[in-house]
Amino acid sequence: MIARPIETRAVGAHHDRVDGPLKVTGHARYAVEHGPDEGVSEHLTAWLVGAPVAKGRVLRVDATQALATAGVVSVVDHESARRLDDTGEQGDGELAILQDDRIHYRGQIVAIVLAESAEAAREGARLVHVQVEAGDHVADLDSEEAELYAPEEVNAGHETDWSDGDVDAARAGATVVVEGDYSIPYEHNNPLEPHAATAHWDGEVLTMWDSTQAVHAVASTLAPMLGLEVEQVRVRAPYVGGGFGSKGLPHSPEVAAALAAMAVPGRWVRLAVTRQQMFAMTGYRSQSRSRIRLAAEPDGRLLAIEHDAVAPSAAVKEFVEQTATISRMMYAAPARRTTHRAAALDINVSSWMRAPGEMPGTFATEVAMDELAVACDVDPIDLRLRNEPATDPETGNPWNDRRLVECLEQGAERFGWSGRSPEPRTTTDGDWLVGTGVAAATYPTLWMPGNGARIESRTGGRYAVGIGAVDIGTGARTVLQQIAADALDVPVSAIDLAIGDTSLPAATVAGGSSGTGSWGTAIVQTAQQFRADHGPEPAPGLHTQTTTESYPDMAGHALHSFGAVFAEVRVDRWTGEVRVSRLHGTYSVGRIVNPMTARSQLLGGLLMGLSAALHEEGVRDPRFGHVVTQDLATYHVAAHADVPPDLDARWLEESDTLSTPFGGRGIGEIAIVGTAAAIANAAWHATGVRVRDLPVTADAFL
Amino acid sequence: MPTLRLTVDGVARKVEIDSRTSLLDALRERLEVTAPKKGCDHGQCGSCTVLLDGRRSLSCLALAVAHEGADVVTASGLGSMDEPHPVQQAFLDHDGYQCGYCTPGQVCSVVGMLEEAAQGHPSHVTSDLDPEALIDLSNDEIRERMSGNLCRCGAYAGILDAVRQVHAEAGNGTGGAR
Ligand code: FES
Ligand code: FES
Repeated sequence: MIARPIETRAVGAHHDRVDGPLKVTGHARYAVEHGPDEGVSEHLTAWLVGAPVAKGRVLRVDATQALATAGVVSVVDHESARRLDDTGEQGDGELAILQDDRIHYRGQIVAIVLAESAEAAREGARLVHVQVEAGDHVADLDSEEAELYAPEEVNAGHETDWSDGDVDAARAGATVVVEGDYSIPYEHNNPLEPHAATAHWDGEVLTMWDSTQAVHAVASTLAPMLGLEVEQVRVRAPYVGGGFGSKGLPHSPEVAAALAAMAVPGRWVRLAVTRQQMFAMTGYRSQSRSRIRLAAEPDGRLLAIEHDAVAPSAAVKEFVEQTATISRMMYAAPARRTTHRAAALDINVSSWMRAPGEMPGTFATEVAMDELAVACDVDPIDLRLRNEPATDPETGNPWNDRRLVECLEQGAERFGWSGRSPEPRTTTDGDWLVGTGVAAATYPTLWMPGNGARIESRTGGRYAVGIGAVDIGTGARTVLQQIAADALDVPVSAIDLAIGDTSLPAATVAGGSSGTGSWGTAIVQTAQQFRADHGPEPAPGLHTQTTTESYPDMAGHALHSFGAVFAEVRVDRWTGEVRVSRLHGTYSVGRIVNPMTARSQLLGGLLMGLSAALHEEGVRDPRFGHVVTQDLATYHVAAHADVPPDLDARWLEESDTLSTPFGGRGIGEIAIVGTAAAIANAAWHATGVRVRDLPVTADAFL
Repeated sequence: MPTLRLTVDGVARKVEIDSRTSLLDALRERLEVTAPKKGCDHGQCGSCTVLLDGRRSLSCLALAVAHEGADVVTASGLGSMDEPHPVQQAFLDHDGYQCGYCTPGQVCSVVGMLEEAAQGHPSHVTSDLDPEALIDLSNDEIRERMSGNLCRCGAYAGILDAVRQVHAEAGNGTGGAR
């Protein structure tokens, strides 16, 4: 059975977060907060030791002093760690820790200290002497030894190079050509809960509470590596303190937690990565550069788009963001050419961070569009309207419902865009130079097959609904109840939802804005099958379980969300200080399941975009190979005082049942897309200075 | 190992500590009081905020041995699931959180901050430094005073609305009172 669209009642209405009281009173338990009442007693604390060089070999892990420290129980290194059976398809160099003496990047896990207390573990880690033979490393994209290559594919399986039409001829015949290099620095997800796990091995079953966006993916990744059946790995994640992609794929600390637990069978182990270690061990957004060339008619109609993206990738495990794919589908240029190139460096492993690909790519293209608007003397909104494609330029498919124009127009109306001077540096407020900017946003509908759900009737007309989904703060626990209620045609209060556990039917990652849609479809499909099996008034104890294979009309339509971001920026004429005073987003994202949680998620995305625009910058020191801004003081993320006084997110009322049976598409990523571009464009309008490299900081204006 | 006596959320507790143990680890690791969170362990995020002898404090920067006899109130001590503290209720009303990891620290911080403002403590954005002047708890004041508590989910708009609600309910700047 394939799910059919449902009638929505609870979906679309306000519903309090079901886990709110637990969270505000401090009773929600995160990964290393499970204690004796849940069977975790007399736990050991694990502390990770990172490689002191960026490349080379471990000659010896000298644990003599550490082991002589009171409370230290064991030091696990590459000689004593359990041998991994299998390290993934091509040998996952990120996860295959402590298997040999090779050092691939600075901060790579080279030892785990286990101790009776956190203090002893930390002291023990300090006293582990890692003797190494350092090799020559390359950690700088601009180094002569950094050679660019074309990866076989880029993140999410996109083609590395793609083109359509004759770009060179189009450019040669164009009246206007705008060209620029745009860059994004290293950015770090920094969820507020560090990556952490509580683990236990009883000789049969590995039990973990893990801070992850995907419990089943952790189990199915770890099990074969550890030589276990997937049923022998139980992973739970009832509460997760944010992830933003960095907890989407397992990283080396999860393997370390498993190896540590297996080194001390029968004992519980708590492992929390430190904030500083997160900058080396838990994934991040790679630095990237985009060269953009736009060729256009004098009125701004695009003739060609060229987008060439370059980024470093860890030599030990390739990850290349799909930075240029945005240029394949966003605007109606008859000719488009996109490429991705990477350089394998001796650096830690990059991974997903909120809207990988779309976020950096859109910064480049939407600033370039602003430059084109200036070059053609066309209003930036009109420029985008003139380049609206009737069908998806990448696939030729009809759009599900491309409402970018309405987002731009409604957003402009609300923001008060009309009458804006096209000239920069025309508005002041005391010492502040004030400007406004706009950018478009988009994110594809990613729908994951293979999601299972189980529904069981209970007494009193209640239903138990189970799925291994994870709520990382998105509100999944609440919105899935709403979806289940509508799918079963019962009140929300009749649903007992269980999530975050591999003992429940398998679910895909809380990532790529795919969770609500993919899990929700599984729940709807199962509910409809349940009704077919057991009727409207089932006796207690009857159940149905199904797994999704397909739903959305991917082949027939191009399924995307769209949005428009407006910003007002103030730059101090004397100090160059940059402030965002207004930030509005208007989105077309299908039906909103819960207006309260959706608004929070969209505002959070806008703020993370602001944070990327003005603050976030991971600085890698090529001499040592690591990111030296490895804490929350030197890597600033937006604090409360950075929030614009006028911050607002709205959406169009709509329903998209081509994407999901309840009409909603995902909303987790889109609000970070385009935001940094809108801010950089507003900063240009305020000052006349075009900033093409994030973050936009005071020095650019002095 | 020294034994430390603390009152935690109204309950007298004794705990064996190491002289290196932070107050945060004494609570989380030894007493299994996990309302205060560890986001950075060195004073940069605010998630470990508790009320220490009535004032908001970063428990990761406090050495436990230095606080013999102290009164510690965490978010769990301010209110319960059934009877949340007005600040907690305001966070629920305005969705001032997402993942919830910064939340217990934010809640404690708001309670402490309102008390500081009521006592006339100036902040970085206070323009009138006359000690007799009443603090006008503007949005800018609230944002500034709450900037030691990071929220990576970006729930600041809801947090601001929550503080405004509590401040208005309490009337005239005495928002810390229950
Ligand atoms: S854990 Fe104390 S300030 Fe971050
Ligand atoms: S609610 Fe997630 S960090 Fe604040």
